[in-house]
Amino acid sequence: MQSSRATEIVTGAFVLFGFAALFFLVTQITNKDFSAGSSGGYILIANYQNVGSLKVGAPVSMSGVTVGRVEEITYDQQQYRAVVKMRINGSFDRIPEDSDASIMTAGLLGGQYISVTAGGSDQFFKSGGQFMVVQDALVLENLINKLAASFSAK
Amino acid sequence: MSNTIVKMLSDTLAGFGAATWFFFRILGQLPQALLRPRLIVHQVHNAGALSLVIIMTCGLFVGMVLGLQGFDMLARFGSESALGSAAALALVKELGPVVAALLFAGRAGTALASEIGLMRATDQLVAMEVMAVDPFRYVVAPRFLGGIIALPLLTMIFIAIGIFGVQLIGVQQLGVDQGTFWSQMRGSVEIEDIMEGLIKGCVFGVACSLIAVYEGFTAAPTAEGVGRATTRTVVNSAVMTLILDYMITAIML
Repeated sequence: MQSSRATEIVTGAFVLFGFAALFFLVTQITNKDFSAGSSGGYILIANYQNVGSLKVGAPVSMSGVTVGRVEEITYDQQQYRAVVKMRINGSFDRIPEDSDASIMTAGLLGGQYISVTAGGSDQFFKSGGQFMVVQDALVLENLINKLAASFSAK
Repeated sequence: MSNTIVKMLSDTLAGFGAATWFFFRILGQLPQALLRPRLIVHQVHNAGALSLVIIMTCGLFVGMVLGLQGFDMLARFGSESALGSAAALALVKELGPVVAALLFAGRAGTALASEIGLMRATDQLVAMEVMAVDPFRYVVAPRFLGGIIALPLLTMIFIAIGIFGVQLIGVQQLGVDQGTFWSQMRGSVEIEDIMEGLIKGCVFGVACSLIAVYEGFTAAPTAEGVGRATTRTVVNSAVMTLILDYMITAIML
């Protein structure tokens, strides 16, 4: 009786573990439910005409050092622009207010990230601050179109 | 010469037919077997919980190798950031179900086949029949069900541990950005992909469990027969798993 009870307990743990793995795969690996990990730091906002394939969770970097993450990407129907909300690590609190935020691509086929270049202002961003200077994602098709147009104009 | 080929072919066909007949006989006993959940729980423990260590160890190392190889391959194209999605899709759709099924056949399938085969060799099955106890209901069906329940769960555990292994090598050691890794993975893995992995796990569970109990039940009642049944279980399970894998992939892609 005792050994059968132990068997049942171990089996129960195994089945629970299996379902926990399934739950992990469904919620964490797919984009069904994104659970933002940290809630520290502060929020900065940037509006873009086109965010390309920028994804939630992509890094925000300054001079190549990751200082934060993209937390939310929404569409503003008043301005007809994409609104990117990023969470910056609290220790990077001296980002000048006239900095610019451009969407860059890592490598040839890599993921996209936001690159912040520091400006010269002595006023620093506070939580909820908005980037005034932004640069959209480079869309390859637009580039080719422009190139084709400039060739045909010649 | 041609005689032996004809004999081999007819033996293979007869094997398939007998296994199918065996499968339907188990199906017929399932309602009664479900009335005794204790027996099934015991078999889930044998087939699943006892395979947990080997599944987790192998999952971790398969994931770590995938991290190394995937990183090296993707780095040649300068797109290491795609490591998350590439490795996760490979694990969820192919590697997870197939490697888990092969390990399951080696760990649990052989145990089932040799256990039932030894029952046959020591006349326990005949003794049950003499006492008007149907060995299908008490021996075969619970083991079959236990395997079917255990393998999909083992597959999911294998995939989850594997992704942890990829993350361990790719992010912690080789320096792929953590946010990129997870966001690329989330961007490319769909719920359907996980369903495909789950369906494969269930189908392989049915195939591997059926082969194990069939080979054990029809083993020659000698020491040599039990050994041969165990070997055939592993070989047939592996071949069936890979053939079924191709078919399911072709259907679901």
